Amino acid sequence: MSEHQSEHHIVSPAIYSVIFGVLMICTILTVVAAEIDLNQYFGGLNIIVALTIAVFKASLVVLFFMHAKYSPKRTQMVIVASIFWLGIMLFMTMSDYVTRLWS
Amino acid sequence: MHRTGELFGQYKTLEQQRETASLGMWIFLSTEVLFFGGMFMTYTLNRSTYPDIFSEASKTINLWLGAVNTVVLIASSLTMAMAVWSSQVGKKKLLTVFLVATLVLGCVFLGIKSVEYHEKYVEHHIPGWNYQFEPGADVSTNAHTQLFFSLYFAMTGLHALHMIVGAGLLLWLIRQSIRGRFTPEYNTPVENIGLYWHFVDIVWIFLFPLLYLIDRH
Amino acid sequence: MPREHYLNATYGIRSWLLTTDHKRIAMLYLVSVTFFFFIGGAFATMIRIHLLTPTGLLVTPETYNKLFTMHGVAMIFFFLIPSIPAVLGNFLLPIMIGAKDLAFPKINLLSWYIYLIGGGFVLYSFSTGGLDTGWTFYTPLSSVYSNSAVTPAVIGVFINGFSSILTGLNFIVTVHTMRAPGMTWFRMPLFVWAQYATSIIFILGTPVIAITLLLAGMERMFHLGFFNPALGGDPILFQHLFWFYSHPAVYIMILPAMGVISEIIPTFARKPIFGYSFIAASSIAIAVIGFFVWAHHMFLTGQSTYSALAFSLLSYLVAIPSAVKVFNWTSTLYKGSISYDTPMLYALGFIGLFLIGGLTGLFLACLGLDIHIHDTYFVVAHFHYIMVGGAVMGYVGGLHFWWPKITGKLYPEFLARVAAVILFIGFNLTFFPQFLLGYLGMPRRYSSYPPEFQVLNVMSTAGASILALGYLLPMIYLTWSMRYGKVAGRNPWPATGLEWQTDSPPPTENFDVTPEVTWEPYDYENRPDLGLAIEGAPTHAHGDD
Repeated sequence: MSEHQSEHHIVSPAIYSVIFGVLMICTILTVVAAEIDLNQYFGGLNIIVALTIAVFKASLVVLFFMHAKYSPKRTQMVIVASIFWLGIMLFMTMSDYVTRLWS
Repeated sequence: MHRTGELFGQYKTLEQQRETASLGMWIFLSTEVLFFGGMFMTYTLNRSTYPDIFSEASKTINLWLGAVNTVVLIASSLTMAMAVWSSQVGKKKLLTVFLVATLVLGCVFLGIKSVEYHEKYVEHHIPGWNYQFEPGADVSTNAHTQLFFSLYFAMTGLHALHMIVGAGLLLWLIRQSIRGRFTPEYNTPVENIGLYWHFVDIVWIFLFPLLYLIDRH
Repeated sequence: MPREHYLNATYGIRSWLLTTDHKRIAMLYLVSVTFFFFIGGAFATMIRIHLLTPTGLLVTPETYNKLFTMHGVAMIFFFLIPSIPAVLGNFLLPIMIGAKDLAFPKINLLSWYIYLIGGGFVLYSFSTGGLDTGWTFYTPLSSVYSNSAVTPAVIGVFINGFSSILTGLNFIVTVHTMRAPGMTWFRMPLFVWAQYATSIIFILGTPVIAITLLLAGMERMFHLGFFNPALGGDPILFQHLFWFYSHPAVYIMILPAMGVISEIIPTFARKPIFGYSFIAASSIAIAVIGFFVWAHHMFLTGQSTYSALAFSLLSYLVAIPSAVKVFNWTSTLYKGSISYDTPMLYALGFIGLFLIGGLTGLFLACLGLDIHIHDTYFVVAHFHYIMVGGAVMGYVGGLHFWWPKITGKLYPEFLARVAAVILFIGFNLTFFPQFLLGYLGMPRRYSSYPPEFQVLNVMSTAGASILALGYLLPMIYLTWSMRYGKVAGRNPWPATGLEWQTDSPPPTENFDVTPEVTWEPYDYENRPDLGLAIEGAPTHAHGDD
């Protein structure tokens, strides 16, 4: 029969506030990092930093605001699968473009 | 409908009904990931092909309006999460307050967005509409920067459309909430529309650095 | 026949147009997809008549472009993709897992209306200038240069995509949360596994073509430059995004048919299916691996050898789970007690034709060979063997297999067998010559050809007329049987699925009492309750009926 994991875990306002605080700090961080030329240290470092922060922020929203941390495994599977599939599209398409320059 | 939290036709228990609705919303959101994903793919390719053009063009959109909007949207996610919490602990008045706050913040976002779009209109940066990147720009620069702006409008436009739909859903939620329809036993629409709202926030969390923060230094 | 069932439970047009009963919605779809089958078939008829002579018999080259485009769009988006899932899947899935309905019945009805609206836009496009871009809508022809009615067509296909997405969503959630007590994942019929796998593709693939067509449409309407090289855009990007969906789409078209075959074969071989868990797993494998191979449609676009090699290898890999199914079906037949009822004829035909279609796919995935046969009739023959010889035969076979359940009536068996044979012969005569034509060098999508290809083209057209008869006959006698057919009873074959334990036609709620499942699927040897038992074999306990 279907799994009986329920959504009854109630996340407290305190946790929500902490997460919100972290998200605000990350937003400030990402704006500051964009104003600094990180590319001089390592090509493409700016975009790597920006995307890392974005992924971190998104993860916090998914895990805590969307309760993914407290959700049944199959919900987590749906999340992982959609990200993985997006990854297939991005990775394999870009690999075609990048390798065209090799031949 | 499940307005009063009653058991609907084909379900056997309220728990099954709740699980079903939640799984349904998550799967719908996964389709949205791939839907926006197609545009992220287009962005990725075009930015890697024209990095300097994208950088130039990105400098002309208003970083501070974008940053404020980011704060506004994340705040609206907080109020939405608080709305869900209110419904879980049975605080009906607080639920309405937080839902209204979320809607207001969403409208602020859309308002700031309109200001941005207007700025772009004034600067002739709307593709296909008297487009001119800067006075004296040649055909090639116009064509390539237009790519950035096409993506800018397509991505933020689709996002804004989703926000408008979200606002409509919030209006419905507020109406139901005022009527006291949501209880700790039955708050499925609040949770699921909350999931949708958070998703729209996440899209913006990616749009902001990708469109506004390209090599600003 | 039962006194009250889903067909007569309520009367009047509103009770049909506003129904939320999955069985009625399936019937609504049956009518609509048949309508689009006729539309696509009409264009096919014109194509085959036109190709009777080397210079083209019927239309100008510009119009010919419209014929094959509209044939493709109508058939793929409005017939093949919805057919089995929206007709047979909608009807059977809840019953097969012991549920009263799908998880979201109103969304199910919405799916049908979305389909109609999308279809409406496409028909508008067809009748106001047609469409000449190929069903593949390659840019910049579709987004800039074509003078045909591209925009409404793109809108129509875009809208139709949401019909698929909602159906897939409904199916996945239903399978997860609505199974009857005792109906574990590995007791589910393979038809359900097939629908589940198909739904994964609906969910993860369809949104991509939606956004792609949206971008192409916006490019056309607002002169943007995503895919237009003159404005710095990239047509290859369109191809990547398009095929990211459209390749898995072909698995949308074939997986449900494979599910049908997995139901028919054990029934008419009177044997449990061989390798149930392998067939179930292979359905999921096809759905997943199918997402990794799309650029094999783009081998000739300037791909590097490295990328082409990767996609070629993955394309070979995706053939493996399909082969697993074919081996398992064949092993099921081995030492079975075979009867050649009409559904079985379609299933056997499927196995042979799918085999040929699938193997020729490997020819195409082979890089060196593809250089020569890409964009020739070899490709056309390949996909018609799978789509028509495979998917359509699976659909028609499935319609026959479950017709007694859906209508409570039996169709005329002898005539049906004759029609199946006519279809098989007509099909092969139509499409086998096309393998030869392609191999000899005749390009696809050309309105004229060198005179030495005429004989094979004439053969193909002749076959098409026989094929058409093979389709017309079932449409006639199946309709006839609804009024004049013999009463079928609950389980005419007999078969072991849950659907055969309820009335024919089923009551609106599907079951009088929720079933409790304690038996394994396809247990043809141990179901004395169905009249299926081996002398002396131990009998299993079974739940309420």
